[in-house]
Amino acid sequence: MPKRGAPAEVNAGSMADIAFLLLIFFLVTTTIETDAGLDRMLPPIEPPENDVVIKQKNIFEVNINKNGQLLVEDQLTEIKNLRERAIAFLDNGGDGTCTYCKGAKNTESSDNPTKAIISLKNDRETKYSTYITVQNELVGAYNDLRNREAQRLFNRNFTDMEAEYLNPETESSVKDELKDKVKRIQDLFPQKLSEAETSTN
Amino acid sequence: MSKFAKKKDEGLPAVNTAALPDIVFMLLFFFMTVTVMKDSSLKVENTLPNASEIKKLEKKDRVIYIYVGAPTSQYSSQFGSEPKIQLNDKFADPSAVGDYILQERAKKAQELQNVLTTALKVDKNANMGLISDIKQELRKVNALKVNYTTYDGDAFNNLQ
Repeated sequence: MPKRGAPAEVNAGSMADIAFLLLIFFLVTTTIETDAGLDRMLPPIEPPENDVVIKQKNIFEVNINKNGQLLVEDQLTEIKNLRERAIAFLDNGGDGTCTYCKGAKNTESSDNPTKAIISLKNDRETKYSTYITVQNELVGAYNDLRNREAQRLFNRNFTDMEAEYLNPETESSVKDELKDKVKRIQDLFPQKLSEAETSTN
Repeated sequence: MSKFAKKKDEGLPAVNTAALPDIVFMLLFFFMTVTVMKDSSLKVENTLPNASEIKKLEKKDRVIYIYVGAPTSQYSSQFGSEPKIQLNDKFADPSAVGDYILQERAKKAQELQNVLTTALKVDKNANMGLISDIKQELRKVNALKVNYTTYDGDAFNNLQ
């Protein structure tokens, strides 16, 4: 008569294989998404009710042609220099009402950061990558100025504060506090970046 | 006989592999939690440009995606090599963008319908003409919040 012991153990040796199979399945079917980018608001399609007259000196015109060349305020400009010029324009404070501006106070340039508008025009054949670079530089100009003010007022970078504010894991008490600070900085240098319809030729 | 007598040499004992499944399961759970399922397969080239002043797109449920790029080699014989728009799994005309946005918007929860962002995943070799058409369509359906999705990097790399 065969010896009767405890029931034989189930062989778990292939468990690892099954787990590997699942692991490989998930590795293959999933992607870690690269979801970050430049946030922009498009202008509403209805024209504003009352046409506001904007002084020419408060508009900073940027034109991109189909070869990716930049015309900034009727001057051919390298993209490298765009950020610097945009900062000079926004930070100008021409009429002296801006107490925090450190610009040249040139009366021919913008009156106040809250009035300064950047107008971006592009050709239909402009390459998307060039357009993104220009957008990046213009947003960068705003961010540089906002960082400067945030450093002065709150001793930290505006971009950090905004990232923390937008992070869903931030606690709501911290968020409420940040909200006011972020709003305050945004009001100092409001992002007025108008994207007109593209020219057709 | 002494209790501490040397055992006969029987070669190296086999390494115990009982903990191997645990380790693999751990990896498995890690990947299961950190990754998201691909919801549509890409039919267009999608090398995004670089930018440095980027913001993260939090909350995936509030995002509608639009892909633009030249059809991949698999589809280029049928659809040509000019950049095209991909909505869900299909190629589409710019005029279809508005309907698509309205459709996607209707699928979302009521309280989210006003806070949706449209993520434009555009290949860096696309032309602005197509993007302008899309932007125009987005304005028509009042989807004004857009995100030009990019990679994190130096924006000047785009110009080479």
